[in-house]
Amino acid sequence: MRRASLWLPFAIFVIFFGVVTYGLIKPSDHVITSKMIGKPLPQFALQPAHDGQAGLTNGAFSGGQPRLLNIFASWCIPCIAEAPVLMQLKSMGVEIDAIAIRDKPEDVARFLERNGNPYTRIGSDTVGKVQISLGSSGVPETFVIDGKGIIRHQHIGDIRADDIPEIMQALEAAK
Amino acid sequence: MIAEAGLGLLWIAAALAIMQLGLGWVAVARGRDEQISGVRAIAVAQGILVTLSFLALILLFLRSDMSVALVAANSHSAKPWLYKFAGTWGNHEGSMLLWVTILGAAGSAVALFERSLKASTLIATLAAQAALSIGFYAFLLFSSNPFTRLVPAPADGQGLNPLLQDPGLAFHPPTLYFGYVGMSVAFSFAVGALVTRDVDPAFARAMRPWVLGAWIFLTLGITAGSYWAYYELGWGGWWFWDPVENASLMPWLATTALLHSVTVLATRDGLRAWTVMLAVVAFSMSMVGTFLVRSGILTSVHSFAVDPTRGSFLLALLAIYIGGAMTLFALRIGTVREGSQFDLVSREGALVVNNLLLSAILGIVFVGTLYPLGVEAVTGEKLSVGPPYFNATAGPITLFLVLVMIAGPLMRWRRDRLAVVVQRLAIPILAIAVALLVLVLVSPDIGILPFMGLLLAGGVALGSLAPLWGRNLRRTPLFTWGMVVAHFGVAVSLAGMASETGFIKEVLIASNVGESHRVGPYDVKFAGLDPVAGPNWTALEATLEARRGNGEPLILKPQSRMFSNPPTETNEAAIRTVLDGQLYLVLGKQEPSGRWQLRMWWKPFVTLIWLGGGMIAFGGFLALVGRFRRDRLSGRGRAIA
Amino acid sequence: MKRLAILLAFVLPLNGLLADSSMPAAEYANTQLQDPAKEKAAKALMESIRCLVCQGQSIADSDADMAGDMRALIRQRIGAGEKPEAVRSWLVERYGNWVTYDPPMRGVGSILWIAPLGFLLLGLFLARGRFRLRRKG
Repeated sequence: MRRASLWLPFAIFVIFFGVVTYGLIKPSDHVITSKMIGKPLPQFALQPAHDGQAGLTNGAFSGGQPRLLNIFASWCIPCIAEAPVLMQLKSMGVEIDAIAIRDKPEDVARFLERNGNPYTRIGSDTVGKVQISLGSSGVPETFVIDGKGIIRHQHIGDIRADDIPEIMQALEAAK
Repeated sequence: MIAEAGLGLLWIAAALAIMQLGLGWVAVARGRDEQISGVRAIAVAQGILVTLSFLALILLFLRSDMSVALVAANSHSAKPWLYKFAGTWGNHEGSMLLWVTILGAAGSAVALFERSLKASTLIATLAAQAALSIGFYAFLLFSSNPFTRLVPAPADGQGLNPLLQDPGLAFHPPTLYFGYVGMSVAFSFAVGALVTRDVDPAFARAMRPWVLGAWIFLTLGITAGSYWAYYELGWGGWWFWDPVENASLMPWLATTALLHSVTVLATRDGLRAWTVMLAVVAFSMSMVGTFLVRSGILTSVHSFAVDPTRGSFLLALLAIYIGGAMTLFALRIGTVREGSQFDLVSREGALVVNNLLLSAILGIVFVGTLYPLGVEAVTGEKLSVGPPYFNATAGPITLFLVLVMIAGPLMRWRRDRLAVVVQRLAIPILAIAVALLVLVLVSPDIGILPFMGLLLAGGVALGSLAPLWGRNLRRTPLFTWGMVVAHFGVAVSLAGMASETGFIKEVLIASNVGESHRVGPYDVKFAGLDPVAGPNWTALEATLEARRGNGEPLILKPQSRMFSNPPTETNEAAIRTVLDGQLYLVLGKQEPSGRWQLRMWWKPFVTLIWLGGGMIAFGGFLALVGRFRRDRLSGRGRAIA
Repeated sequence: MKRLAILLAFVLPLNGLLADSSMPAAEYANTQLQDPAKEKAAKALMESIRCLVCQGQSIADSDADMAGDMRALIRQRIGAGEKPEAVRSWLVERYGNWVTYDPPMRGVGSILWIAPLGFLLLGLFLARGRFRLRRKG
């Protein structure tokens, strides 16, 4: 018994070594994924963020067909990079709704004019309330919502051209 | 030429370290104690050479020699000389060179001044110190060379973030490093003693001043770091249980425990194996702390550039030194008898409880810091461990520790009688009762931890002075004064923490110019707002007049600064210290209504936290001086405390 | 060096990728609740919720916009009479245990919460041979 307990410090060090080795080799990611995947969208009703386009409610996602819910902002730089890819998705027949975070209508209008407007509806979340209720941790983010309003997939960061298959696959799976 | 000379010195020093280890090894293995003079000479020479190498790097920074890559990347010719000087260790390579310099210099100091230890143990100690140095020399020379040239040399350097040009930041890291690396000596003593199986009171007495010295630096480093975060971050917090903070707290906890256990070993020849283990653990925690910060595996993306090569190199060194020492411990310590047993009611009994509790706190901080990483490794789930956990677990144990601290110094060595101890405790108990009464009258609802903290602070304040009662103060040994001052410092610091937590007044408000707001005992008037400009920033500066009763108003000017390159906004808090607390004011952003956000805090007695920290370190200093004086008077410190 | 990390976390809270919104902060992001007891409860909760943007800080100590939004949300919910622990679970439901600095006592956090007791018991076990019971005379 006495003998074994002498090896205790060494054993603790071995555990420490294992844990930090894992810390060194794992790809360092600081992404916090939403835990809402598989759950229904929370209830929300957002005012329009852009003149001439409808605002957004969670009811818009129970139409039977899967849709994308894009979280963006006019002040977010990666959102500019993402815009052409969203336009491409739209041209492939994907329905995209959006929530503009902490944004003014005039800024949203300028952003859409400059970068294109792939959105069917745009809700304005001026205090990030809906964003938080979705478990989203930044902009841009995109959720795939199935026809019954259940969240099926989350894409964190801007969607690039090579992410299109991933998004299409998620939409297909949500059918 | 200076850079090449510095690199050459480093290589020669590394070669000497290898010789030091080799010669020491042979001498110990063959029992040739007469080799001691040779090992001593090499250790001294190694220390001198590595120090010269570090001086060469300082010189390069002072001369802004941009042909050296490290200088070009971290300095600028227009910087004030103080920050050029401090820039030497304000980067990875420079700080690792500082690390080996302290290792080498500490080794020379042991070689020069240590006379009481048995020759064979001293040789083994110096060999262990050399073994430590060799690893870090290798790290520097093969993966972090500070003297690399840059061809072609740039016209000027990239400079240092202006925000990092702060006197606190300039001297905080080296202070911590002196503490971290100072513990290497205790580690080497322990390894040396394990090799020669020679753990006895003489060994403890030889190790004690080193532990004390390192502990003073660690205490100062943590105290200064806490104050620096407090005034710089602008949210008024002084301890966040951040992984990087925990990395500096863990060595301190282990060293504090060691400081107390080494006294038991020196005085009563007990806790032999435990003291050796703590000496190994204390320096291991220093290395672990450095690794956690340098590898960046725990702090977020914002902290340091994560370099897997450096991280792996450091981890390999950790495995060799910590794993090696732990193995040596398991193999050898069985042959070291644990020494005498104690009565539960005795000074040494109290010190054992002290060690038990300090080690438990160390364990909590260690597990809490690494737990998220462990959980992610095993289950993939992400988890955070923060203040609620640490406060709920380490908090009560700390308070219990403080309770033992009241009683411990009043107990006699060997054996005491409970009834007599209680009698001696009468006055601290009375103090606690008075504090309780005052608290219940003044403030019924401040939370359990602050409440207990204030109570115990009162008890410790008096309890710590108790050993002086009935003594001739002039003839009281200096190290007893040291203990009294350090323990009193704990009371002061604890009172500050409890008072700040329990009685803080926070006002967050949007305000127009001209309005007044009540913050604690002050009426703060938002008197004006003016633009001001600095060298690389512009700022809005609020003028706030804080008036207390009918007294003269205090004028505070917090700023909201906009830096141009890179575009960054920061808040410069305005802090004013008065006798019974601090007023801490921050100017935020403007709201669309035209009003300005103000963050205002009244923090009663918050400065006691750092004053106490300073007193703890000063107590350590008194004890250190006292030990030296007595050792000189009584010839080689044979006297038993 | 330890403070450097914190300072940088403060200076570069937005990871370099995102710009700031020009919108004003939400109500209660930077102002307090009227009721001191509720404000105290909200403050305690905010100090134990981790900021998603600047990951090394609580939302109580962060300048990030999103931290402001979360402060506003917490103050509004507490102000409306919700219990702090209910708000915490609501956030954990969305972001997982990562978002709270107060790890769960069950399941994945159980070892963590048992550990302190384990250390004390281990310490007593190791120290048991060091004490002798008092002998008479």
